[in-house]
Amino acid sequence: MDFLNAIILLLNYIIVPALAYGSQLALGAIFVTLIYGILRFANFATGDMMSFGTMVAILFTWYFQSLGISLGVLPTAILAIPLAIVFMILYMLTIDKFVFSYYRIKKSPPVQLAMVSIGVMFVTQAIVRIIIGPFDRRFFDGEKFIIKANQFKEMTGLNEGLTIKSTQVLTIFLTIIVVSILFWFLNKTKTGKSMRAYSDNEDLALLSGIDPKRVVMITWMIAGILATIGGVLYGLDKSFKPFTYFNNMLPIFAAAIVGGIGNPFGAFLGGYVIAFSEIFLTYAYKKFFMYMLPESMEPNSLIQLLSTDYKFAVSFSILVIVLLFRPSGIFKGKIL
Amino acid sequence: MKQYANVITAYAIMIGLIILVGIFQSWNIAFSIFNLCLISAVMTMGANIQWGYAGLINFGIMGYTALGGLAAVLVSVPPVREAWQVGGLSMLFCLFIIVLIVFSIRYVLKNFQKSKRKNIYIASIIVIGLIILRIVSGPAIHSIEAVEPAKTGFLGGLGLPIIFSWIVGAFFAGGLAYIIGKVALGLRADYLAIATLLISEIVIAIIKHEDWLARGVKNVIGLKRPVPYEVNLQSEQWFIDLVAKWNRGVLDLISTAEGKQAALSQLVIESSSVFVKICYSGLFLTVVVILLIITQKALYSPWGRMMRAIRDNEEAANAMGKNVVKQHLLIFILGSAIVGIAGAMMVTHDGLFTPGSYRPMRYTFLIWVMVIVGGSGNNFGAILGGFAVWFLWIEAAPIALFLINLFTSGLADTNAFKLHLIDSVPYFRFLMMGIGLLLIMRYRPKGILPEKINIK
Repeated sequence: MDFLNAIILLLNYIIVPALAYGSQLALGAIFVTLIYGILRFANFATGDMMSFGTMVAILFTWYFQSLGISLGVLPTAILAIPLAIVFMILYMLTIDKFVFSYYRIKKSPPVQLAMVSIGVMFVTQAIVRIIIGPFDRRFFDGEKFIIKANQFKEMTGLNEGLTIKSTQVLTIFLTIIVVSILFWFLNKTKTGKSMRAYSDNEDLALLSGIDPKRVVMITWMIAGILATIGGVLYGLDKSFKPFTYFNNMLPIFAAAIVGGIGNPFGAFLGGYVIAFSEIFLTYAYKKFFMYMLPESMEPNSLIQLLSTDYKFAVSFSILVIVLLFRPSGIFKGKIL
Repeated sequence: MKQYANVITAYAIMIGLIILVGIFQSWNIAFSIFNLCLISAVMTMGANIQWGYAGLINFGIMGYTALGGLAAVLVSVPPVREAWQVGGLSMLFCLFIIVLIVFSIRYVLKNFQKSKRKNIYIASIIVIGLIILRIVSGPAIHSIEAVEPAKTGFLGGLGLPIIFSWIVGAFFAGGLAYIIGKVALGLRADYLAIATLLISEIVIAIIKHEDWLARGVKNVIGLKRPVPYEVNLQSEQWFIDLVAKWNRGVLDLISTAEGKQAALSQLVIESSSVFVKICYSGLFLTVVVILLIITQKALYSPWGRMMRAIRDNEEAANAMGKNVVKQHLLIFILGSAIVGIAGAMMVTHDGLFTPGSYRPMRYTFLIWVMVIVGGSGNNFGAILGGFAVWFLWIEAAPIALFLINLFTSGLADTNAFKLHLIDSVPYFRFLMMGIGLLLIMRYRPKGILPEKINIK
């Protein structure tokens, strides 16, 4: 019984939240890695682009809510996602046309493109804050929980309750769908293969008749889809605040690099590596050991490896360690 | 003289703008902008040394600034004796353990062959060390933080004049740069950017949450100033005389003696804060001028030539027998140390240390905009960038307000759209920075004052 309780405890406080958070990071990390692999620069505007997509989704959600449209148990934001994606892609393509394409054609070094992306970051941040303001916005509606702690306790008769929020399930579910479609697209379709070829060797791809403009456009479209879905899911699960989104850029970068930048599958797993290690290392295991150990050995302290203040620092330290010992990431990406 | 024409014009315009602020807004605002411009200029010089001279990207400026600020606290605050009594010894012991860990890891690295066993040794040294650290430091930290938590709750500093912290800050930042440089300098440019950004976030996290060190997010306020306090100035006779002399024209216009007295005391209050700011300006200007002379000398020295050679073609420089790795590390440390000075200067100027306010937007990306806009590789350009961008950053809101009113003058004052725009005036500074950066990168990629090397 105690053993079961301990497992439920871990599920409730570590595994389910980490899976959801990891999925959100994974979507962002694939976005970073795609831009890096195909357009060849570190996009510092990642977090703010995600917040732009989320902002559009929130505006549409509010519009739908005012019309009285809803999805019942599901959040209305799901309906707004496709529209938000369209706006996000338009925004990205506009920026690419007016900003990035010039440097790409000139074959500027990646550093310069990264600097330019900082300019884009400033502009996007300003646009988001001017339109929707810097405040915390919640836009979740529909059924909040799938299983509540009390219900679970009654159902199973255990001491520990398990809470599963519908946003968590939604996040994991949508991530699996999006990522599997993406991998199918990259590996099986002709366009996807041409993208991978372009990423692998640009000149060779050009020689074989791959149209770089098309590849770039499709990359931005996929990036738009990933950024919007990732951003909206994060906003549904927690809340939307432009500053938080900007800060999320850092663990997303960490996830992309840990997985091996340029490698979408690595980025996907990297998201979970970062999320799990953040939560594993900052969780207080006192209760867990109370269930697992006999009463005489019960711990007095919290048994917390690191205080929760260092949550972000954990992911950055992992990144530093990975960069030190395996600079190309856990799964080999582009060689540094 | 002719070749300096554009430098002189650019600086004249900049100073003119600040004087305009003094005339139209107030001299107090003008001098506070000027002071922060000077501090920004020091930061940009640090970043410029790394980026302009050597082509190294350092997005960790925020971390070095914070370390400089930490130095200001640790140098100037008087020691908290009670806290030292309850936990000082244990904390010193912790320091000793950390040194021990570092040296034992070095020993293992040097004396063992590359193998799995070596990795296990290193890992176990770190793990055991951390466990001992926690056991020793835990109770000590707890008792230190319990000493008058509302006022102190930390170990305090050395109680020295705060001006020393400018040097100590440089050493702190340089020390961090040494560690980061050893770890990360081998990385490719954009990876280095990300790695330094993340490491600086770790530094901020530590400063924020280790309350025993500098009170963390509870902030340290009321740091001792190197310049006189307004309140003291207002009662000094020589200062009152000075103000009376300076404003003779205005005072003579007032006929009654009481009116004159009232006007004078008002003027004294106003001028005292301006006077304090001028004192700071003098101090900061000295630092900027000294750094400028040193960096200019370095730029034209054989060493500067070597740095440019390394920047422009690493392999060729390497082939000529220049130790690229060592020089990169050196310049990384030097640049970061300068940023550390700026961090200490900033805390000295504000008189308070607020770890929560160190955010990458303000302390990393804005500084980079300054470097790029001003002109990388050119010290005059970097300083100008610091001035121009900081000026715009502060004055963006009034400018935006003016523009909004101009363009929406056809709309009623209660128009929702207009009200919304006026509410979001503070965020137009981001827009201006972004557009400014994009335009400069596109049409003047070398900055306002581009790098010009004339070999004599």
